[in-house]
Amino acid sequence: MDLTHSPADEAFRAEARTWLGAHVPARPLPSLETAEGFAAHRAWEAELGADRWSVVSWPAAYGGRDCGLVRWLLFEEEYYAAGAPGRVGQNGVSLLAPTLLVHGTEEQRVRILPPMARGEVVWAQAWSEPEAGSDLASLRSRAVRTDGGWLLSGQKTWSSRAAFADRAFGLFRSEPDMPKPHQGLTYLMFDLRAPGVTVRPIGRLDGKPAFAEIFLDEVFVPDEDVIGGPGRGWRIAMSTAGDERGLTLRSPGRFLASADRLAALWHGRGRDPFTRDRVADAVIGARAYQLFTYAAASRFLDGEALGPESSLNKVFWSEYDVALHETALDLLGADGEPADGDWAEGYLFSLAGPIYAGTNEIQRDIIAERLLGLPRGRR
Amino acid sequence: MRFLLDAEQTAFARSLDALLTAADTPAVVRSWGAGDPAAGRALWSRLADAGVFALAVPEAYEGLGRRPVELAVAFVELGRHAVPGPLAETVAAAVLLTGPGPAKRFLPGLAAGRTIATVALPGGGPYVLDTDASDMELTVTGTGSAAETGTGTGSAGAELRVTQASGSPPASRVRRSLDAARRLSLPRAGGELLDAGPQVAAGAAEALRWARLTTAAQALGVGLALLDRTVAYVKRRSQFGVPVGSFQAVRHRLADAKIALEFARPLLFGAALSMDPADIAAAKVTACEAAYATARTALQLHGAIGYTAEYDLSLWLTRARALRSAWGGPGECRAAVLGTDALSGGARRCS
Repeated sequence: MDLTHSPADEAFRAEARTWLGAHVPARPLPSLETAEGFAAHRAWEAELGADRWSVVSWPAAYGGRDCGLVRWLLFEEEYYAAGAPGRVGQNGVSLLAPTLLVHGTEEQRVRILPPMARGEVVWAQAWSEPEAGSDLASLRSRAVRTDGGWLLSGQKTWSSRAAFADRAFGLFRSEPDMPKPHQGLTYLMFDLRAPGVTVRPIGRLDGKPAFAEIFLDEVFVPDEDVIGGPGRGWRIAMSTAGDERGLTLRSPGRFLASADRLAALWHGRGRDPFTRDRVADAVIGARAYQLFTYAAASRFLDGEALGPESSLNKVFWSEYDVALHETALDLLGADGEPADGDWAEGYLFSLAGPIYAGTNEIQRDIIAERLLGLPRGRR
Repeated sequence: MRFLLDAEQTAFARSLDALLTAADTPAVVRSWGAGDPAAGRALWSRLADAGVFALAVPEAYEGLGRRPVELAVAFVELGRHAVPGPLAETVAAAVLLTGPGPAKRFLPGLAAGRTIATVALPGGGPYVLDTDASDMELTVTGTGSAAETGTGTGSAGAELRVTQASGSPPASRVRRSLDAARRLSLPRAGGELLDAGPQVAAGAAEALRWARLTTAAQALGVGLALLDRTVAYVKRRSQFGVPVGSFQAVRHRLADAKIALEFARPLLFGAALSMDPADIAAAKVTACEAAYATARTALQLHGAIGYTAEYDLSLWLTRARALRSAWGGPGECRAAVLGTDALSGGARRCS
């Protein structure tokens, strides 16, 4: 049992810290959910990518540094401690890329990953449909075979970043007559500006077009944009869902930095007695999440697969994130109300956490059945 | 960086679990609470043979060296099996006895399980635990208000004293805790002076840390036992023709208990590695909150059977409540996390 890092890992951390110290923008970028902010964040991804800091855990061949999970954790701690911008490429980097690294072809990896690492192509996820949210297997958008590829039709919704992104990935029903709803699905990538695609931005709680509806009308996708073969979409998507809830969607570094900011705010506001316990819980929660992640990373490095434990993780960070921001707003009182304040923006963003990536109710069902062995119930 | 228990530590936990499973600890708890410590003392001696108390004692005094991670591993098991007695207190006593004279005189007995000790420390609450069933009571006094913080200021008058079993208080002065297995009395004045001076105050602050760490570990174990027992119960208890464990309201409460306990665990072992006061306070408050929340869930999901003294669940239910206030309640621990008590030595970054 050991929490110290090797000299080589510490040297990597120091290198990251030095680079970030020299490059992180002095003033925060505009929100990435605006056209102006999206462009600024794209430029930041390019700057990160040029020195191979955008995707440190990827193989060097695709723009990464081949560094393992522990160095990724160290990098993220430094990244957020340095106050660096939120990542516009996150959907692609943390959801699509891990899938391509496992299930993609080498041609797909070479074609797709390096531009993703440089922010040249920003990806949106297109999983949910009006009638298929947490019950993803009930989706109805279809892919119909055609010469050299597929024609996609139907409607996707709640697609994060789709208002400004370039491409999207999602599941489509390619064999409509299969006996079970999760059979006959195909995982496809498509261009958000292709003929037949209509993107309608949806204002989030804060009014920003942070997600969108996507209408597809016989949109052509070539065979080379099928991931893992026709009909195998469910299994492949589930491995992506595991990643989404698992180690790499919400890094401990982000919460450590937020908890530090909250503690500093509390000390700076006269150590307000009414929020003291909740501020302490925010500091403790960030540390708990960091250590939980280190333990999970240790098991992963020992060769264990990340299983339903990722559901513990997802419920924890999403509810933690809301509580952290609620505490900050309560501490700020009326000063926290203006919507352009950092904490207010973060609060509105945090409210989505318990809903997306599989609602927390679904995660609790997974914990109950797969970790506690409780009998299946009616949902 | 490999933040996992190693094979030896895991095997140690398993062997303690086997020992305690075979020992019928519920019966031991009940007789200890009724004032008959014989079975508890026999179990204590077997735990000592397994090395538990030697983990708080330096090798020079027949211990295994102070090993907080292994001690935490052991105390999780003690909590899981609701072992009664001044367990954290005996660890704290071992940490207090650093002067060569007292160490040589008492530590081998503590390590070997021949001596059960209880302690009264500044900052540790008004009562001493189970002094009537202990061989000795250690008391630290005269530290002044600043000394409770361990800073050493004003601690020149600090005194460490011991009273031996022959001076046990009359039964009429022993109060029962809301946990029927815990027996409380006021610390005794006087006794033999073992040491005096600022080092006593520093030792008391150190002992408080070890008491908090081992209490946190026990609480985690109590919570794990409550969850296990409740999961087993809701799988076999049927209502409306189905196991109650298939109801989403039940499943989700248990999932929340699981989440709380699984995030308390890394804090506990992180604290054992660093022995930093803020880390220990974070582990204490989190493990105790998780155990207590699990106790409430366990009671609710057991229904009326859980609300009886006859059913063994009660042994863990009330223990969770008592450990929450022992050696630093939620408020004190949270203050320590934020660096607003002097124990933690000022504000500190989380990472």
